[in-house]
Amino acid sequence: MKRLNKSSVLFLVGAVLVFSVIQVLISMKIINSFWSTILLQAGVMAIVALGLNLIYGFNGQFSLGQYGFYAIGAYTAADITYRWTQLHSASGLTVVLMIAILAGITIMLIRNVVTKIRGLDTLSAFALYLTAVVFSIFVAIKIGQLIANPVTALFNSLPEQTSQYIIYLLAVLLGGAIAAEVSFLFGLPVLTLGSDYFGIATLGFSIIVKVLLDNSDTMLGFAEMKGARGMIGIPKVTTWAFVFFFLLLTVVIIRNLLNSSYGRAIVSIREDETAATSMGIDVAFYKTITFVIGSFFAGLAGGLYAHINGFLHPNTFSFVKSFDPLIIVVFGGLGSVTGTVGAAFGWALVLEGVLRLVLPDGFETWRFVIYPALLLVMMLLKPNGLFGNYEIPFIRSIVPALKEKKADSETAKEAA
Amino acid sequence: MAETTNTTPILELRKLCRYFGGLKAVNEVDLVLQPHALNGLIGPNGSGKTTIFNVITGIYEPTGGEVVFEGQSIGGLDPFIINQMGIARTFQNIRLFPNLTVLDNVRIAYHPHAGYSMSDAIMHNKHFDEKEKELTEKAQDFLRVFNLQDRQAEIARNLPYGEQRRLEIARGLASSPKLLLLDEPAAGMNPKEAITLMELIHFIRDKFDLTILLIEHQMRVVMGICEHITVMDFGQVIARGSAQDVQKDKHVIEAYLGPGAAELSKQYLKERKQ
Repeated sequence: MKRLNKSSVLFLVGAVLVFSVIQVLISMKIINSFWSTILLQAGVMAIVALGLNLIYGFNGQFSLGQYGFYAIGAYTAADITYRWTQLHSASGLTVVLMIAILAGITIMLIRNVVTKIRGLDTLSAFALYLTAVVFSIFVAIKIGQLIANPVTALFNSLPEQTSQYIIYLLAVLLGGAIAAEVSFLFGLPVLTLGSDYFGIATLGFSIIVKVLLDNSDTMLGFAEMKGARGMIGIPKVTTWAFVFFFLLLTVVIIRNLLNSSYGRAIVSIREDETAATSMGIDVAFYKTITFVIGSFFAGLAGGLYAHINGFLHPNTFSFVKSFDPLIIVVFGGLGSVTGTVGAAFGWALVLEGVLRLVLPDGFETWRFVIYPALLLVMMLLKPNGLFGNYEIPFIRSIVPALKEKKADSETAKEAA
Repeated sequence: MAETTNTTPILELRKLCRYFGGLKAVNEVDLVLQPHALNGLIGPNGSGKTTIFNVITGIYEPTGGEVVFEGQSIGGLDPFIINQMGIARTFQNIRLFPNLTVLDNVRIAYHPHAGYSMSDAIMHNKHFDEKEKELTEKAQDFLRVFNLQDRQAEIARNLPYGEQRRLEIARGLASSPKLLLLDEPAAGMNPKEAITLMELIHFIRDKFDLTILLIEHQMRVVMGICEHITVMDFGQVIARGSAQDVQKDKHVIEAYLGPGAAELSKQYLKERKQ
């Protein structure tokens, strides 16, 4: 493995160390369940915020919809595992899996066609996508229900623990996939708006999701989600190991993406959209793909979150809460992966942990006075965020050394 | 005036119009650019030069008329497609990617030729390593042409003005164009710097086999290097030809100095001779 340089090794060693120390402390019950739940939530929040940082910090699109996708991921994953543990049926898994696959294929096929049509306006393209996806979902549900019984039998033949974990992991990934597909359809027309208008539109999106979830039992017909009463009976299977693994995966994927030509294309749109498009960057495509990737991470984190407490309530995804990842991203430093992870953990540990313990009984609500005040001070003292542009060496992009070249003497002279 | 070369023009504007409401920013402009030529586009402020650039590069859609690039009509295409077809530009008020390094500014322009997929990038596999190395070396070569190689790690907005201008041209070249549009490349430079820049433009034209169309206000510069000059006023072409032709043109003098100026300048020249 010649490709592991010093910073990668250091990062991996550090990650393994952090993971194992916390894992050992949790196993030895030195970290009690109160603190370990907070750690899990912090990890989940870090993934959500990393997704948002990609959209807002790196691509420059001000989005308030991250929590909407977080909710979609959470409820999708929860429904899959709920059906398995409570109803002993894999129908949730098969249907959602088919939807994710078929809708994905449909989107790609249509994209191939649409990009070849010259002068097709966005709304027509959107209508085309939407019709085709709705149709593919219809087909997917039929196929999903058809294969539900054999798949259930298959999972029943496996040991109980194994099938539980396989379904859980698939559910988490599918939560991400569904969120990503929804974000593609939503982003297509909305990403043509300028940044501020885009922010308002995404805010609208997260409100729609919240209202739909409030009425999920009546409007959507998912009785098991119980609408505004909150969904119970989700298995509590998310552990520190899962959260840490997915967080690590997110960090590495985002780091690799950013340190590539695609990442630079994404960042160039934040820097100057007109210049980017004049330099051959397909601005609409990169805005969409960034939005989709960011939302995928939100959905993934939602899936993890649903299985921490085994309880989901639409209020978790309310309008006010949807500012949380935004605050974390700005607090940690727009466009800093390190800052986002740091701020997410700091945010959860301080707000939910330390302040709750420090404040006397009956004053817990003062948390929400103290922490906005902290925010204010922070913005005044360090408007760039806690970490500014700082990245740990593993994530930082390196400027490669100049290779010595037989001097193009003519060139050098000419340029003066 | 009409050029009778048998080569097909690289760019042709046919009765190109661009209106903003009632303002005819560009009105029925015809322009033919022969391959490998160095063309100048001049005219008083507000005469529609930059609008022409914006229409050619796809930032604005033409209101009427046609833009034909290498025999293909490109009016109304997306700017990134036009760039990938082979037209690059610089901007009047420098538009770099200000918070990125000098190297990344150039590497971004090379992105359509990156040669690896997004999944390669996420995996950071061997193919990615090779192509990324290739891309970086290519970008560094472009920086070398403009003598910016020692600045590669610098943040673009921290460069001095002249270097920012050069970087913008380097970035334009990195997108491998056949036609390069330069919008006032010598703006804000002193005469000496401007002359050096013009020599550089001449040099890259030959080295990269480009056609160049440039807007410039420093007459010394335009007259010095442009083989063919088009003069615009109020959205219309008022004169075209070589530097000498244009300088003598009555319409040009009046556009710059006001009505009646042509007569005055003739008298002045006569008096000076006596």
